[in-house]
Amino acid sequence: MKLLALDSSGLVASAAIVDNHITIAEYTVNYKKTHSQTLLPMLDEIRRMTELDLHTIDAIAIAAGPGSFTGLRIGAATAKGLGLALEIPIIPVPTVDSLAYNLYGSDKLICPLMDARRNQVYTGLYTFQKGIGESSGYEMQVLQKQCAVDIAEVVQQINALGTEVIFLGDGVDAYRSRIAELVTVNYSFAPACCNRQRASCVGALGSVLYRNGVQEAAWEHAPEYLRLSQAERERAGQKEETE
Amino acid sequence: MENREDVHILAIESSCDETAASVVKNGRQVLSNIISSQIDLHTLYGGVVPEIASRKHIEKINQVIEEALKEAGVTLEDITAIAVTYGPGLVGALLVGVSAAKAIAFATGKPLVGVHHIEGHISANYIENKQLEPPFACLVVSGGHTHLVIVKDYGEYEILGCTRDDAAGEAFDKVARAIGLGYPGGPKIDKLSKEGNPDAVKFPRAKVDGSDYDFSFSGLKSAVLNYLNSCEMKGIAVNRADVAASFQEAVVDVLVEHSLHAVKAYGFDKFAIAGGVASNSSLRAAFETACSSQKIAFFHPSPVFCTDNAAMIGVAGYYEYIKGTRSGYDLNAIPNLRLGER
Repeated sequence: MKLLALDSSGLVASAAIVDNHITIAEYTVNYKKTHSQTLLPMLDEIRRMTELDLHTIDAIAIAAGPGSFTGLRIGAATAKGLGLALEIPIIPVPTVDSLAYNLYGSDKLICPLMDARRNQVYTGLYTFQKGIGESSGYEMQVLQKQCAVDIAEVVQQINALGTEVIFLGDGVDAYRSRIAELVTVNYSFAPACCNRQRASCVGALGSVLYRNGVQEAAWEHAPEYLRLSQAERERAGQKEETE
Repeated sequence: MENREDVHILAIESSCDETAASVVKNGRQVLSNIISSQIDLHTLYGGVVPEIASRKHIEKINQVIEEALKEAGVTLEDITAIAVTYGPGLVGALLVGVSAAKAIAFATGKPLVGVHHIEGHISANYIENKQLEPPFACLVVSGGHTHLVIVKDYGEYEILGCTRDDAAGEAFDKVARAIGLGYPGGPKIDKLSKEGNPDAVKFPRAKVDGSDYDFSFSGLKSAVLNYLNSCEMKGIAVNRADVAASFQEAVVDVLVEHSLHAVKAYGFDKFAIAGGVASNSSLRAAFETACSSQKIAFFHPSPVFCTDNAAMIGVAGYYEYIKGTRSGYDLNAIPNLRLGER
């Protein structure tokens, strides 16, 4: 099964072609250009470099959120346009889950942190469990589903679990000092090769999800923002006050 | 039988609060014109909320495109090129249409043509007026724009004047809110004005110093607000219909005067209006009268082609396509894109 994978949820823009157990191509850019200017040219470069016939693609795996609202929509609209034209489904991959997949097989607790602004992080907690049988792979276990919280909340959970943790994601840079201040267990930070969003992770985890029946029609897909818009929050607040 | 030479443009528009797609054949024949309006949603907030608009666009974009193809009785294979609005407008909203259009162009190998939203509004006049060809003068009036433009040729524009502050449609929205009519203001004021006396209150007709063709509506808006305030202070009951009619008359007067001045100064015998406010009945009537008395042919689109739609983008996209305009996969949304710039 051949997947086209995209991640434009954060500062990173990443595109990949993942064919079963092989990443045929991956193009990742962590630079200030807007995803609107980078994502499709990157995909076009992959297509030319790998002589890719787009009609051989079975599905599009997309980092479906959370993340930057605009970034998520650039990715979603791209995936939906591709899905419409190629008549293939979309596999929505939770962004924080696919970030955690960077550290596949680790025996530590994994805590991705994405800077969500407004004093929050998009985060979750994950471990890898060996499947039954000698040759079986690891399965990712979700201890805390992806969420938008104050970093103190997730650190509290980590401290309570009492196991060593690896942090990754762009939230690490924003919260390094808070981590040092709050975390009571052994911790470390993932290195540059595997500490950001990568489309190959979206594709690899997307393949697992797809085998478990996760997919939707291109028209159905919309990002999972994990947050209301500001106007909706304020309106809900006003309603609460008047009630 | 489809002619091989036929040019089918699939057009996509998402610059504000309408998600729209259309298929246009040979530049002037609209095969489909699908519009998913979010107006009820934004009415809750008294105006367009950009983040909500963007979220709605992403939910609707594929259905609207698929519906446009289906209603036109074509498939993507029959499409010659993809046209999309890339500015001006709300950046988050524009990005949905631009990203989807680029992906479809990429996946099908069809050419991509970025279209200016205002160029679309102007081009809406070509749909029902098959005899209309450049050059002519055009007034573009909407919630976001007030432009007096010379259409020199297809895709070639000279901006004579524009608003220095509020767009005409914006003034309608603000005054409508002030007299308790709510959003969207244009149609509501138009309707209520029919019951009012346009001479009841004398509101100012603003001139912009040193420019015959520029507009200013914030002074007028303030005059209306001041009038309402002073009535309240004096305990005088406000006749809302009279205020609406008098305000509308003040806007229409200025738009007609500036436009006709330009038409005469440049020696045109053709004049067109475009944009959401161009569906205002009083504005149309005033232009009908003024143009016919001066032997100027007056053109205007039907209301459905005045408000935001993708058919107009398909028409503009067709002429850009014929001219050889092509956009790359790095096409970006440009919220303050100027007419005539690429």
